[in-house]
Amino acid sequence: MFQIRIHGRGGQGVVTGAELLSAAAFHEGIHAQAFPSFGSERMGAPVVSYCRMDDKEIRLREPISAPDALIILDPTLLQSIDVFNGVDPQGFILVNSQRSFEELGIADFVASFPADHVCVVGATELALKHVGRPVPNAVLLGGFAAISGQIRFESVEKAIGEKFPGDVGAANVAAAREAFEIANTASRAA
Amino acid sequence: MSEDSALQRVKFYQTGTHTVGNRLMDEAARSVQASMDRSNAITSGHRACQGCGEALGARYALDAAMRATEGQLVAVNATGCLEVFTTPSPETSWQIPWLHSLFGNAPAVATGVAAAMRRKGRSDIKVVAQGGDGGTTDIGFGCLSGMFERNDDVLYICYDNEAYMNTGVQRSSATPPTARTATTPAVGTAPGNVFGTGKNLPLIAMAHNIPYVATASVADLHDLEDKVEKAMAIEGSRYIHIMVPCPLGWGSAPNATISLARLAVESGLFPLFEAEHGQVTRSHKIRRRVPVEDYLRPQRRFAHLFKKGHEDSESLAALQRMADANIERFNLMGERQTP
Amino acid sequence: MLKQMEGSLAVAEAVALCRPEVVCAYPITPQTHIVEGVGALVKSGALENCEFINVESEFAALSVAIGASAAGARAYTATASQGLLYMAEAVYNAAGLGLPIVMTVGNRAIGAPINIWNDHTDAMALKDAGWIQLFAETNQEAVDLHIQAFRLAEELSCPVMVCVDGFILTHAHERVDIPTRDEVDAFLPPYEPVQVLDPAQPYSIGAMVGPDAFTEVRYLAHEKQLQALRLIPEIANVFKDVFGRSSGGLVHPYRTEDAETIVVALGSINGTIKDVVDQMRENGGAIGSVSICAFRPFPLDELRAALINAKRVVVVEKSLAPGLGGIAAPDVRMALREAPLPVYTVIAGLGGRPITMAALQEVFEVAGDDRLPDMQFLDLDYAAVEHELVRARQIRRSGPTAENILKHLGAPALASGE
Repeated sequence: MFQIRIHGRGGQGVVTGAELLSAAAFHEGIHAQAFPSFGSERMGAPVVSYCRMDDKEIRLREPISAPDALIILDPTLLQSIDVFNGVDPQGFILVNSQRSFEELGIADFVASFPADHVCVVGATELALKHVGRPVPNAVLLGGFAAISGQIRFESVEKAIGEKFPGDVGAANVAAAREAFEIANTASRAA
Repeated sequence: MSEDSALQRVKFYQTGTHTVGNRLMDEAARSVQASMDRSNAITSGHRACQGCGEALGARYALDAAMRATEGQLVAVNATGCLEVFTTPSPETSWQIPWLHSLFGNAPAVATGVAAAMRRKGRSDIKVVAQGGDGGTTDIGFGCLSGMFERNDDVLYICYDNEAYMNTGVQRSSATPPTARTATTPAVGTAPGNVFGTGKNLPLIAMAHNIPYVATASVADLHDLEDKVEKAMAIEGSRYIHIMVPCPLGWGSAPNATISLARLAVESGLFPLFEAEHGQVTRSHKIRRRVPVEDYLRPQRRFAHLFKKGHEDSESLAALQRMADANIERFNLMGERQTP
Repeated sequence: MLKQMEGSLAVAEAVALCRPEVVCAYPITPQTHIVEGVGALVKSGALENCEFINVESEFAALSVAIGASAAGARAYTATASQGLLYMAEAVYNAAGLGLPIVMTVGNRAIGAPINIWNDHTDAMALKDAGWIQLFAETNQEAVDLHIQAFRLAEELSCPVMVCVDGFILTHAHERVDIPTRDEVDAFLPPYEPVQVLDPAQPYSIGAMVGPDAFTEVRYLAHEKQLQALRLIPEIANVFKDVFGRSSGGLVHPYRTEDAETIVVALGSINGTIKDVVDQMRENGGAIGSVSICAFRPFPLDELRAALINAKRVVVVEKSLAPGLGGIAAPDVRMALREAPLPVYTVIAGLGGRPITMAALQEVFEVAGDDRLPDMQFLDLDYAAVEHELVRARQIRRSGPTAENILKHLGAPALASGE
């Protein structure tokens, strides 16, 4: 089983991000379960969502305390919430930011992870560039596909297209593809 | 007067179905109850008290509705006197399909029945929901408002005897000021029910802009039937509020039910009117106005107002003012239209 | 057809496939997506010949369903928690009148204190109203149980409550197999009422019944539940023939054959429990579990058969009888009434508290040594409650309990809740 935890704030698409991951997995015949940490709806509040993937039926229902991958949609959370809690030492970390790990103040922490497992991608900027809205969730999934290899980019593309039809979907796919390429390059260089 | 002096049109004042007047009336003008073909939706054998205004009103209303719908009618009943005295286990007086669910949900249940009939392709089957003042103005108020807001195709009839009679005469939001009930006893410095702000269901129904609202009385049974038949020809939510004296709860003589109902109308305390989409379209003009005292005296629930030597003139004046306000508001003393 | 979708929407599709004719909706978390889903299907025309009525309260919602069902229409509604309580009078009324309404309950805790997260308090509050109560373990089972529910309800003339864990199932995206319209039509015939409001054949429904006949009427309600015990597995078998998978039924035993410890639970927690069972079995533990799918009628005989050869039973339940212990546990004990097995109660997951594999495994291991207390709260913060008890003993005006606990747990508790 592969477990992904997504951190962000309300309005950034944290919940949809997990949903898209599970849809992408489904398209590859992988069992997937996605659910948010539930709370009242409020923009800006910290939100966590979860996605499990497995080649057999997923029966477990608890929140993910030992994620194999972390996707952090909002780097301001790094200072206020223990987003890294329980992450597997061989796990994958993807942060939405144009700054480096040094500039984010977590260089030492990520140094202990395999270098090709960790990456920063400016997903918000890519979203603004392609979609015109600062919603980084779908974009960052392209990065996740690249560094984790758990799902193919084509599946991410299909999931995005189903959820956001028309131009919005296409724009998100373009942004996700760019994120995929950025992450691929970064991880190869690592 | 009519041009043809040989045939003078004689006006008979409505005093009941068994007066000679009814048999001399044009068939088309006779009451539904006068017909041998009436459906007897509520047939004999029910256990209502002697002189029960509700039994009288319900019988007239439902047979009129049955005629208007050619017998394609379902009745939904809230808990209350009508429900209890028409279905004394193991018997039923109802000769039409009838459903009793709960005290506060008759309007919602009726909505469901009406929806089902439409889904079954039987929009010709109409629904009448009915309840007492307790079930309508209090516990069923929320559901009634919901039904009105959706304009569900139901005629709701409220039989208002101004208290929770079936449970032993407790006060409801329809109980008039100063009236004695089990929960507003005639003791202390302000005996009987308080002078509150009142809760006028017909006006509240009008505020929902539903197609038809009317008040009616067992004092004018033709008028009651006409209003029900008129309502049954209209689609959407309709509301008829009928004042039905209760000899037991009001402490009045069983044979005074109709005359008391008439006094309520003629004093102005119970205005008779019709309204469509929130506007009053017609009001019954008072023929012979009476002071409220004439109406109040024959009821023991108001006896404490008339104590020998300590007449409660203040309360009586306040009640008179209520009647005066109704007369003004609904133009009850205006020009009478000759029938 | 296999789809990856939100549980609520899967339920909405399943309900739509059953051709309801009147659907009434009043919103309450966590059921909102279900009725919204059905509403959208009606409005788009995908669900034909169905009226979707927006009502002003849950009490009105079930009342509309009562009227519709009595008039011969297939009726459906959904609620949870406070809403279920608000319609409580109507819940008893529908069962007493024998109306085959199907209702989804998105299980949620009941306040005070107000809590929007999952537990089974709501269903337990109305377990003896005369409805059939089925608990779904997965969203697939949620889909399947709704389809079975309409058939069960109409065959018996008894309303059915399908319980689906709020948020945990309703808001989880997972793989479900949505049947085709033809499959459902083959399984579920049009509604043929036992009683119906019809001017052509009028009768009175809902009259008062006095002391002389009430017992007999109630006996027949009891008898109806006993009939359900036979009918539920029958319908599950027919379902398997038509749709090709096992779903529903009375109880689901898992690795109980040679188990010494058997865990009993309702709903989605069984998924986590099965993972713990597998893990403990790998390490040599003799443990199994039983998921109770039909909680009402309570399957005394089937449960007894599944549990009788164990050394001990652990009931993990998401409901509490304050002052007593569990609500489901006493029913489980009843199934084992002549057997000398200990039945332990573990109260877990109240108000949405996550239930972890680690916590469960620890409890099951202690149970294996028969060192469990008769009743306990899983993951209880003993320090917090002790602090509050001491505080309340010392100060008369100690303030509202819930707020005090939150204050004691401090800012982190408030932050993580959002």
